Amino acid sequence: MDLTLKIWRQENAQARGKFETYKVTGISEDASFLEMLDILNESMVDKVQLPIAFDHDCREGICGMCSLYINGRPHGPDQGITVCQMHMRNFKDGSTIVIEPWRAKPFPVIKDLMIDRSAFDLIIQAGGYVSVHTGGVPDANSIPIKKEHAELAMDAAACIGCGACVATCKNASAMLFVSAKVSQMALLPQGKIEAARRVQKMVAEMDDLGFGNCTNTYACEAECPKDIKISNIARMNWQFLIAKVGAQKMNA
Amino acid sequence: MKLDSKIPDGPLAEKWTNYKASQDLVNPANKRKIDIIVVGTGLAGAGAAASLGELGFNVKIFCIQDSPRRAHSIAAQGGINATKNYPNDGDSIYRLFYDTVKGGDYRAREANVYRLAEVSSNIIDQCVAQGVPFARDYGGLLDNRSFGGAQVSRTFYARGQTGQQLLLGAYGALSKEIHKGSVELFTRREMLDLVVIDGKARGIITRNLINGKLEKYFGHAVVIATGGYGNAFFLSTMAMTSNGSAAWQVYKKGAFFGNPNFTQIHPTCIPVHGDYQSKLTLMSESLRNDGRIWVPKNKEDAEKIQKGELKPGGIKEEDRDYYLERRYPAFGNLVPRDVASRAAKERCDAGYGVGSTGLAVYLDFADAIKRLGKNVIEARYGNLFQMYEKIVDENPYETPMMIYPAIHYTMGGIWVDYELQTTIPGLFAAGEANFSDHGANRLGASALMQGLSDGYFVLPYTLQNYLADQIQVARIPTDHPEFEKTEKEITERQEKLMAVKGSQSVDGIHKKLGRIMWEYVGMGRNQEGLEKAIGMIRELRAEFWKDVRIPGRIDELNIELDKAMRVADFLELGELMAKDALDRKESCGGHFREEYQTPEGEALRDDENFTFVSAWEYQGDDKEPILHKEPLIYENIEVKQRDYK
Repeated sequence: MDLTLKIWRQENAQARGKFETYKVTGISEDASFLEMLDILNESMVDKVQLPIAFDHDCREGICGMCSLYINGRPHGPDQGITVCQMHMRNFKDGSTIVIEPWRAKPFPVIKDLMIDRSAFDLIIQAGGYVSVHTGGVPDANSIPIKKEHAELAMDAAACIGCGACVATCKNASAMLFVSAKVSQMALLPQGKIEAARRVQKMVAEMDDLGFGNCTNTYACEAECPKDIKISNIARMNWQFLIAKVGAQKMNA
Repeated sequence: MKLDSKIPDGPLAEKWTNYKASQDLVNPANKRKIDIIVVGTGLAGAGAAASLGELGFNVKIFCIQDSPRRAHSIAAQGGINATKNYPNDGDSIYRLFYDTVKGGDYRAREANVYRLAEVSSNIIDQCVAQGVPFARDYGGLLDNRSFGGAQVSRTFYARGQTGQQLLLGAYGALSKEIHKGSVELFTRREMLDLVVIDGKARGIITRNLINGKLEKYFGHAVVIATGGYGNAFFLSTMAMTSNGSAAWQVYKKGAFFGNPNFTQIHPTCIPVHGDYQSKLTLMSESLRNDGRIWVPKNKEDAEKIQKGELKPGGIKEEDRDYYLERRYPAFGNLVPRDVASRAAKERCDAGYGVGSTGLAVYLDFADAIKRLGKNVIEARYGNLFQMYEKIVDENPYETPMMIYPAIHYTMGGIWVDYELQTTIPGLFAAGEANFSDHGANRLGASALMQGLSDGYFVLPYTLQNYLADQIQVARIPTDHPEFEKTEKEITERQEKLMAVKGSQSVDGIHKKLGRIMWEYVGMGRNQEGLEKAIGMIRELRAEFWKDVRIPGRIDELNIELDKAMRVADFLELGELMAKDALDRKESCGGHFREEYQTPEGEALRDDENFTFVSAWEYQGDDKEPILHKEPLIYENIEVKQRDYK
């Protein structure tokens, strides 16, 4: 396949970026999208040019590091996969592909297509866990959990923290990401104990970091590579409400 | 220097209890005065950092990715072993210990493996308490499955994403400690060297991958938890940034390297499709529970398939060779990974391979679908089938999958004693980065167990035993001459690389190394090939330092320079792997020396001469390393030839 690529280049976080046009030829349909970028980068190294910086690591769709808009869509045209799992057979020979870094205020560009998603770590640090320490925990089977709840928790826990939900949302909302963790924990007896505290802390951190609010466009669910459901947001809102009411009762 | 594995006295089952009862501890007031550096945020690193932070130590943790949640533990699919015996099928600590030592082909240390089996149950308790959503039955209790040839069901799993869920559990614990302030997190940093002061590990120097600056960090102790070095082969199931550099740098500073040649080749990966390929994708081993592996019985059929003239469906049942079932009737498709991998290579080398390259075998679910129904297969493997179809563009419900072995795990690593301490005092190694628990072959679902065991339950004890007499040591400022000297050495090395200005890309040379490693230091090894490989690697190393091309500058984000530093180390480590393979004149586990096999083509161990750990000591760039032998003594297990027939 021969392709024209319009790729965002940006020297560093402060610099102004712009699109540059590149041609690649003879790309196999069986190559992955990132392998196509590898081939382009190799040709740039041949010309002693700095290759395009992009994030990637496991290349099997689980680490959540890859993050590109391809023709305007996070993780490209296919459903339910990350960029690294997409293969060139999804594109037509001779076509032009536009590649950009994800754009959201809390995800500043580092260089070219690399972005800084440490905001997600900060949200988790605010409370996205069960506060147990190593050792001294009960036997695993002393906490029976309804299979349905365990399955729902697992659905939510499948989030890879890539940020596609934020990237696709017109409000740059992180509600799907945050709600996935809130839901996972709230569905499990271990997590229920500090559910109220958790949801309040995580939502406050999310707001502080400048993520927008949810206006129910469902774009996040459509673009999530792990099919995280928007019902998690409803569950989080419910948890948030319970926490608020609970706090008012305590104060009354 | 004499190797001392520091195995505690007493009966096997009491060693760890006795150790803990008599070890030194650090009192809470003094813990605050102690800094610990942890490099790597996988199961071992994150688990250790979180647990040590909880105890009150000051921990600094470093990762190469943008977030600790992305460490490659996340990619493990199948599960984690533990001796809970929930299914009531006869599991016990001894049985897991026995299986692990046997699976490792009697090249692992008894006491370490026993401790691993002993703490395995605590790991499951810990993970459940953290909210890890393991699979459950309708009664609400935890579900188990049999995995990788085990005769009991002791594997806990979270769909096909067990590694992800365990890592996110550890990441949660780590995040909790970061929030509390006991752990400080440094992302997008790569450790480039260890700082040794007066013979003790006292710090590290990292490259900030965003701005290229070198940064110096002090620690009373340093933990290396940077995973394995399988990317020496270029193509592997490892992540792109997985590398051997931290292990290699500490080796060059005096830590011994244990069993460098012991590499695991996983039998069920998606076959290679082209020169541009950047990594190999694993299909979970659990697929072998229901899939049947075969190739055509007739070479003519195989050739037609390779040319695309024949489809697998066109081959009649009687013309199929289910070679694992034929050769190993007792275990069939569930033989250990090394046995399954070699058998696939044997068939393909003999010309019976399928796919356009002839380097693939079929993994067929037709019988399982007939027996159990498509729904059941979909529930078990749906996500894997979908992943396969995305990559290969074929539907495995209708046509058999194609698989081929790929580099997956390195059992070898930094030599450690019972306390997970290396031969440099104050330097510890955990998880895949150390050599300790899997001998010459790792069993499925045991890597996650070892990472978490080391991180949650071993290091928090053994590190304290070391640190107890370090409480008088004041924090050493990072302008100490040793820090400055080490920093200067790194700068010179980087400048030397940039000054080459040659004509070949880093990846180009890395691929050449990978081909040498795969051909001669891969699944089948022999003296002639290994000697040849050593020569070729030396030549390639010289070529690299004469002809590598790195654009850009040192003091900026420079991916090519980052990769070049790693490949420079792989070019040295690869040679040591070959050397170790050459020295070990026997076949054991993942190490198959073609000269040492039974008439039936099975691996032939030489227990009389090789029941030892090879621990290599660095002597200098152009000098031969010294081989130390740690004898392996089996007092609690009868050493047998592995037999899966």
